[in-house]
Formats: sequence, structure tokens, C-alpha cells
Amino acid sequence: MELSLVIEKFILVAIIFGISLVVAMYSTYAERKVAAFFQDRVGPNRAGPLGILQPLADGAKMFMKEEIIPTRASGLLFIVGPSLAILTACIGTAVIPWGQQIVIGSNLIDLQVTDINVGVLYLFGVVSLGVYGVMIGGWASNNKYSLLGAIRAASQNISYEIAMGLSIIALLMITGTLSLREITEQQHGFWAHGYFTWNFFKQPVGFILFMVCAFAETNRTPFDLPECETELVGGYHTEYSSMKLGFYLFAEYINMFVSSAVMATLYFGGYNYPYMDAVNNALGGTWGPLFGVGVLFLKIVLFIFFFMWVRWTIPRFRYDQLMDLGWKILIPLAIANIVLTGLVSTFLK
Amino acid sequence: MNLFYFIAFLSILFALLVIFSKNPVHSVLYLILTFFTFTIHYVLLNAQFLAIVNFIVYMGAIMVLFLFVIMLLNLNKDTEPVKSSLVKFAGIIGGACLLVVIVAAVKALGKSDPVILKQADLGLVKNLGKILFGQFLLPFEVSSLLLFSAMVGAVLLATKDKPVKA
Amino acid sequence: MESLSGKRKLIESKPLNFLERAYLPAILSGLRITGKHFFRKSVTIRYPEQKREFSENFRGMHSLKRDEEGRERCTACGLCALSCPAEAITMIAAERQHDEEHLYREEKYAAVYEINMLRCIFCGLCEEACPKEAIYLDGDIVPSNYLRKDFIYGKDKLVEEPLNQ
Repeated sequence: MELSLVIEKFILVAIIFGISLVVAMYSTYAERKVAAFFQDRVGPNRAGPLGILQPLADGAKMFMKEEIIPTRASGLLFIVGPSLAILTACIGTAVIPWGQQIVIGSNLIDLQVTDINVGVLYLFGVVSLGVYGVMIGGWASNNKYSLLGAIRAASQNISYEIAMGLSIIALLMITGTLSLREITEQQHGFWAHGYFTWNFFKQPVGFILFMVCAFAETNRTPFDLPECETELVGGYHTEYSSMKLGFYLFAEYINMFVSSAVMATLYFGGYNYPYMDAVNNALGGTWGPLFGVGVLFLKIVLFIFFFMWVRWTIPRFRYDQLMDLGWKILIPLAIANIVLTGLVSTFLK
Repeated sequence: MNLFYFIAFLSILFALLVIFSKNPVHSVLYLILTFFTFTIHYVLLNAQFLAIVNFIVYMGAIMVLFLFVIMLLNLNKDTEPVKSSLVKFAGIIGGACLLVVIVAAVKALGKSDPVILKQADLGLVKNLGKILFGQFLLPFEVSSLLLFSAMVGAVLLATKDKPVKA
Repeated sequence: MESLSGKRKLIESKPLNFLERAYLPAILSGLRITGKHFFRKSVTIRYPEQKREFSENFRGMHSLKRDEEGRERCTACGLCALSCPAEAITMIAAERQHDEEHLYREEKYAAVYEINMLRCIFCGLCEEACPKEAIYLDGDIVPSNYLRKDFIYGKDKLVEEPLNQ
């Protein structure tokens, strides 16, 4: 491998990592602000103008707090849990195409860490791995509430992974590729050949299924049973304190960021937007793609906002309702969607 | 090649740790690591699809279920059943027999020349799909039927008995 | 049974119809409701910077009044301390000297006048008991503090500012 490629990728990874951390940090702030607005309140407004420094204050607080490892906890695994949670949250960003190829000087640079030809499956694998952080942490705490939270997380994730996979299959039947770069390129612009290019308009049911499953996989309300306070104290992170707790909370927000990015990429055209060719011509090879990146981030922010909107609207599901929804409604719907997609695409040919 | 030996060493190490660790939860975690090294092996063989499927199915689903069950079982030293030396002896004999059979089978089948892929990108999704749905269509469908029947059976077992009308 | 208030409603629980069971319409209407709240003005009053207007009969921190010539009205009769149900008021009386006539209205005055704000229940009985109209609870909310001793307010905090200032 050439050294320049390695350096280029390294810089890209560093930037993406930094951005996802910043986005996660400010998601915590946004969550509190958005919650406040939905409840006719003001929200954090003391640290800096409009409370803009609140995440830094929270981070500093997390680092300063006393670190407690219960004596009966399984020492190493207790630390592995949150580390794994944040690791699996972060590596999902590797296959997402953040923008078109960008011209810097005389070089063409891919705004994607790696374009493996099984990109969608890779994301799926990373998501399915995410549950280990919760499970190991919950078990290692040696606390019944943590264990119950961990077990709920595991069963919930496995149940919703199936529906998620099935909803993606219907999408893949249309795109015919697993590479996220190609899927995004197929959604070029907004309107082509007399129909919308974005996959949402071809797979509305699939998108809704995928989104519901994304809520479940990121443990967001209404599916946040693993950390249900009323029943399980703190859920799987009952025994955690200091930055290890911070990592768990952070992982949730990074997961939210990644799944928003995935939804934007798979169903809402990623970095594509209407009249993008004209804009690209006007702005040139460097700023045009960067504008596309901006559009992608706008979509991501909107999705994150939607996540929060739902969280402050809908109460938590009961556990049996959750399982019923997953197994009796989402999976049959997803299968029906596959069959329908197959029929339609066969007859349209 | 050096990378292969390193990963192979790790696979064997973790596989041994699965057997030798006292705590069943640790065993499962080591098994997950073993599967992860397998995934790396697949990637090294340029079989990306198999790598990812191994990742999703074994690491992401089956091992979660294993972990799930073992966490619930609360296995520890007190509940471990006492095994008589006869059982241990039988186990050793059985294991050795299995080893002999496997070695013999590999020896009988395997041509010892190193496997060189005729097609370097055989493991990519497209090629694998074409082979699965072309050359190996019948075994593929038969195995899917097998899984389907297993699923139906599981659903049948899970459904409640209808209340008997008096 | 006949409803006494006439407001009783019979609630019948019908099985949900398909749209209600499909979650999504109900969720969307919920999202619409919270969405409306998102753009509503927040009801918060940011306290230390903004203050809500007090009602006319609000009883806050005490103040010891001066008369129209700027002399302290209190004559240390002790009626306020006597009437205080929380026993928050203590005072030490002293006799006015000749050169202090511009400071104190009566011949006797309170040399020390202390109110323990941790004991005070702001009932206003002291202001009703006072024959000289010297004490009124017309101040602000008593501010918080770190030490108990700082809640015992002496004359330096209680007496009104002199007139000529």
C-alpha cells in the first residue's frame, strides 16, 4: 500500500472520528434543549451563551467523578463492557460515503474510509456486535438489575435485527449491490427517468420498518427497555460511574448518529440533493462535494432531531408489547414487503 | 503469510482458552474471539461475504444466544455436577476417536498441494451468489427447506395448546 | 345510582379499530401535539435575572422603617418578639443620648435587633403587633447562604437606608 494512501485514510479516519465525537457531544446538549422546547422550558443555559459549553462541563464532570468498581464485579470485563460499546458504535462510520470524490490540489480523494463490496452487511454486523458491550457490562456488574437490563438488550436486539435485515433485503433487491457508495450513486440528484431517485420513494414501507428497528437497535425510546428506570433502576449501567458511564451514554448518541447517517444514505440519497449537478458545476471540484457533505449532515441532524422528537413524545413499550411488535408485526410486514418488491420489480421489467 | 500465522496462533490460543477457562461466561467470550479470528481468516482469503456472514450469524446472533442462556443459568462451582473418572475416561476415548477420524478424513481427501484460488475474487458476493443459485441450486434449496421445517417445528412447539372443550 | 354532580360519564371500552391498532396514526398525532409545543414560548422565568412581580400582600424580608425625618421608628418595646410564633426576633434596648435625637425617634431604641431568617415563617404578626409602624415585611425574598450564622440578620441588613441618600 502506498504511504500517501495510508496517510490520506488516516487523516480521514481521524476527521470522521472527531466529527462523530463532537456530534455525539452536542447531541447530549441538543437532547436536553429539544426536550426543554417540547416541554415549554428553556433547557441548559448557564454554561456559555445559550448553554453552548454544557457538553464540555458535562464531560469534565464525568472525568472528575469517582470511579467505582464493585468488589464482586468481574474486574476486566467491567472495563471491557463500555469500551466495546463505544468501539462498536464508532467503527460503523467506516463504510458510510460522506461525499463525492473531492479534488484537493491535483489529488482525487474519496470521502469514504473504505468501499468494501459488502458495506451494508458490514454495518449490520457492527450493529449486531453492539449488544456485547451492553451484555458484558451488565453481567460483569454482578447486579440483578444490570443483568436483567443486559438480557433485555440482547433479546431486543436479536429480535429487531431480523426485521431490520428483512427490510434491508427488500432495498437490496432494488439496488442490486451491497456497496454503500454504489447505492448512494444510484440515488444521484433527486429526479430521473420520470421518478424520484431516492430509495425512500421506492421503499416507503421498508424505510419505516428500518427506522423502527433502528430505534430498537439504538435503545432509544420507545424501545429503551434495557435502561428502564422504573423497573430496573439504571438498567445495564446501574453499577457504572464516572467516564465508564459516560462511555455508555456516549455510545448511545454515536449509535444514533451512525444510524441516522445510514438511514440518510440508504433511503434519503446520502449526499445527493436536487439540482446537485448545477451546484457542483458552479462551485467546482472542491467546494461542490463539500456542499454535498453539508447536505448529508443536514439530513443526519434532521434524523437525530426526529429521534429526539419521538423520545419526548411516545412512552416506553411494555416488554411483551415490544416482542409482539417485533415478531408479529414487523417481521411479517417485512416479508410481505420483500414479496411485493419482488413482484413489482419482476412485472416492471 | 506472517499475518496468517499470527491470526492462526490467536485462533488456536483462544480455542484452547475456551476449553480451559473455569468460568463458562469467559468460555463463551473466548469463543466469540475465536470466531472473530475466523472472520479475519476469511478476509485474508478475500472471502468478504463469508467473513461478514460469519461475523453476523456466529458472532452477532448465535453467540449472543449462548451468552444469554449461560448468563441465565448462573453456572458456578457449587452447581457443577461431579463427574466420575469413568465418564472422564470415556470422554478422552471419544475425543481421541473423533480426532483420529477427522485426521484420517482430511488425509484421505486433502491433496496436500496448497490451495491456490483459480479465481481470486471468488468470495465476493456477486460470484458467490451466481455459484449458489446456479451450480449449487439444489443443495441450497434443500438446505433452506431443512431450515424452514425446523422453523415450522419451533413455531409449533411454541404455540399454546388449544383448551380442550369439555 | 344517580350521579350527584350530574357530571358522571359512562366509559365504554370498545375494541380498537384497525387504524388505532396500527400505532402509526396515533404516534403521528402525538408527534403533532409535541411539535406544536416545540414552537410555543417557554413559560420559564429565568429567576436571578428576571423576577416575577410580587403580589401586593407578599411578605418578604423585614425592614425597620424610619420616620419622615430619617429617624429609626423602633422603640424596642419587644412586642414583635413577643408576638413572633417562631421566636425569631431578639433585641437589646438602649437609652437615647442627647446627641442622638436625630437618629432615634423615641427615647428608647434597639441597640441590637436580630431576626433569625431560618426561624422566621414570614407570618407578618410582628408587623401587626408593632405600635410604632416600625417593621414591615416588604422586602425581597431572603437570599440563600452557606452558613447558618449568616442567616441571622442584624440592624445592618434590616434598617432602611437613611432618607438623605
